[in-house]
Amino acid sequence: MTTILFIEQVLNGLQFGVMLFLMAAGLTLVFGVMGLINLAHGSLYMIGAFAAATVSAATGNFVLGLVAALAAAAMAGAVVEIAVIRRLYRRDHLDQVLATFALILIFSEGTRWVFGSFPLYLDIPEMLSGPVTLPGGIEYPVYRLFIIVMGLAVAALLFWLIARTRLGIQIRAGEADREMIAALGIDISKLYTVVFALGAALAGMAGALVGAIQSVEVGMGEPVLILAFVTIIIGGIGSIKGAFVGALLVGLIDTLGRTMLPLVFGSFMADASAATTVGSALASMLIYILMAGVLIARPQGLFGAAA
Amino acid sequence: MRRETIINAALAIGLLAIPLWAHVTGEIFTITLSTRVAILALAAVGLNLALGLGGLISFGHAAYFGLGGYAMGILAFHAQNYDPIFTWPFVFAGTKQMLVIWVVALIVSGLAAFVIGMLTLRTSGAYFIMATLAFGQMLYYLFVSWPKYGGEDGMSIYLRNDFPGVNTLDPIQFFLICYVLLMLGIFVSWRIARSPFGLALQASRQNAERVETVGITPFRIRLAAFVISGMITGLAGALMADLNRFVGPTMFSWQTSGEIMILVILGGVARLYGPVAGAALFILLEHWLGGVSDYWLAFVGALLLLVVLFARGGLIGSLAGREVAHD
Repeated sequence: MTTILFIEQVLNGLQFGVMLFLMAAGLTLVFGVMGLINLAHGSLYMIGAFAAATVSAATGNFVLGLVAALAAAAMAGAVVEIAVIRRLYRRDHLDQVLATFALILIFSEGTRWVFGSFPLYLDIPEMLSGPVTLPGGIEYPVYRLFIIVMGLAVAALLFWLIARTRLGIQIRAGEADREMIAALGIDISKLYTVVFALGAALAGMAGALVGAIQSVEVGMGEPVLILAFVTIIIGGIGSIKGAFVGALLVGLIDTLGRTMLPLVFGSFMADASAATTVGSALASMLIYILMAGVLIARPQGLFGAAA
Repeated sequence: MRRETIINAALAIGLLAIPLWAHVTGEIFTITLSTRVAILALAAVGLNLALGLGGLISFGHAAYFGLGGYAMGILAFHAQNYDPIFTWPFVFAGTKQMLVIWVVALIVSGLAAFVIGMLTLRTSGAYFIMATLAFGQMLYYLFVSWPKYGGEDGMSIYLRNDFPGVNTLDPIQFFLICYVLLMLGIFVSWRIARSPFGLALQASRQNAERVETVGITPFRIRLAAFVISGMITGLAGALMADLNRFVGPTMFSWQTSGEIMILVILGGVARLYGPVAGAALFILLEHWLGGVSDYWLAFVGALLLLVVLFARGGLIGSLAGREVAHD
């Protein structure tokens, strides 16, 4: 494999990884603070993508679409939190899984009802389309580079928010001791709504950004949701840092595995098509094998607190 | 007699009587619907063992359902194409015999449940849910990217497999096979629930520390339950593949896992006949609501939400009153 192809794939993996981080961060925040496992997080991703596609198609402005995605996902998150989710904090995980699975069905079918079964398309804005030449003569799509930069910027913002702001202190305190921060006069139910809406906004943003390179359709959220779960298991639940490292690991290993494993098998297997088959079948399992390895070596995840 | 016993008897008799009546009046479609109910109920009986008795919230039972289905698909595929699966140490050309297929389905799904259980049971709570979901998705992607057995399109089996002395293409005869296996599955889970093993399993759900102090390792109990649970669901997968004469990777999808779980919940967690009630309700909803609206799953979602928020105990719980096996 040439170096240029390799660097391209590393960048693709990085882009995939930062998107996974946006998903995993919201999930892990909600789990850390409220102890809730939220399967409907993928629906918020979908809502973001649909909002972005609709608004940017109507206005012709990508930035407005992005803003709409953030707003729509955060709104949907806040409404769902107030109407359903807050009844689940004291329930066991089974009830949480079922109720949020029910929400997936409602959101997916509702979206299908409003927008139909055909995928929508979200155009990359003029300014961000086309390739850019990176140092070393590598041609790379500007838009994917934009996603990487946006993802890293949001990650930095999130770390700052949690480490430095009043809201961040409340979130960390909420993870440590719920009763105590309620006793200290913090409106805990408002905090929960804010955290949930924040997680939803991150998911919506991921959906909108990815929506421009894939089609926007019902059911787009759940495969990403499951990958975000893999990310969280690897990184450790409740840890933003773990989510970041896990997301980059999953993004890079998955992307590189898909291009390199068929080549690796091709180098020593006589039958070229069999090598491709075995290589790509194994590549599709690679991140789950990594997850299995983490479950064996460190069941609490790389950055999870010991159980 | 307890109210639940009466409801159970009504479900068992009803599920048998309706297709028999349909056979007399010639309504093939009703027989097919009843067969689906029996098979889905069997899959849910499997999950109910892990979920209801053991408290193991597996969101990945589609893995065993799919493996059971593909066990049938692959064996029958090789048999119908005269293309041996392996030639060493002896030639094995695949098979069209249900009995052999079932044994293979049980073994394969049991082995998969053993490996996945070994890994996921090291965790608990939300981790366990996410990990089982992820391993189910792994098998989904594996079979999608395996072109030999149909890849994304799945594969069709032209003729339903054979069972000695039965014409399996006759809907009512195939229904009876599925019904008998469902009853066997229910019998097994009834025996397990009352056995020392089943009591230890339920005790590990309620208080793992106490179980450990009397010298039982919860991990081993749970693993055994998880394996048996996966095997029963795998058998149901083989039957479903035979009913449809088709297997595809959607059998592995997370939606399938979710649906099997819905069956357990709608019927009532840890109720012996909960899976039957849940499967019957689900198929009826699919049939009725599916006729009213293309978006019928949204109504199932709303119903599920209401059951979870307000009517814990499911259908049998609301009919039979006080929860018995739920802590």
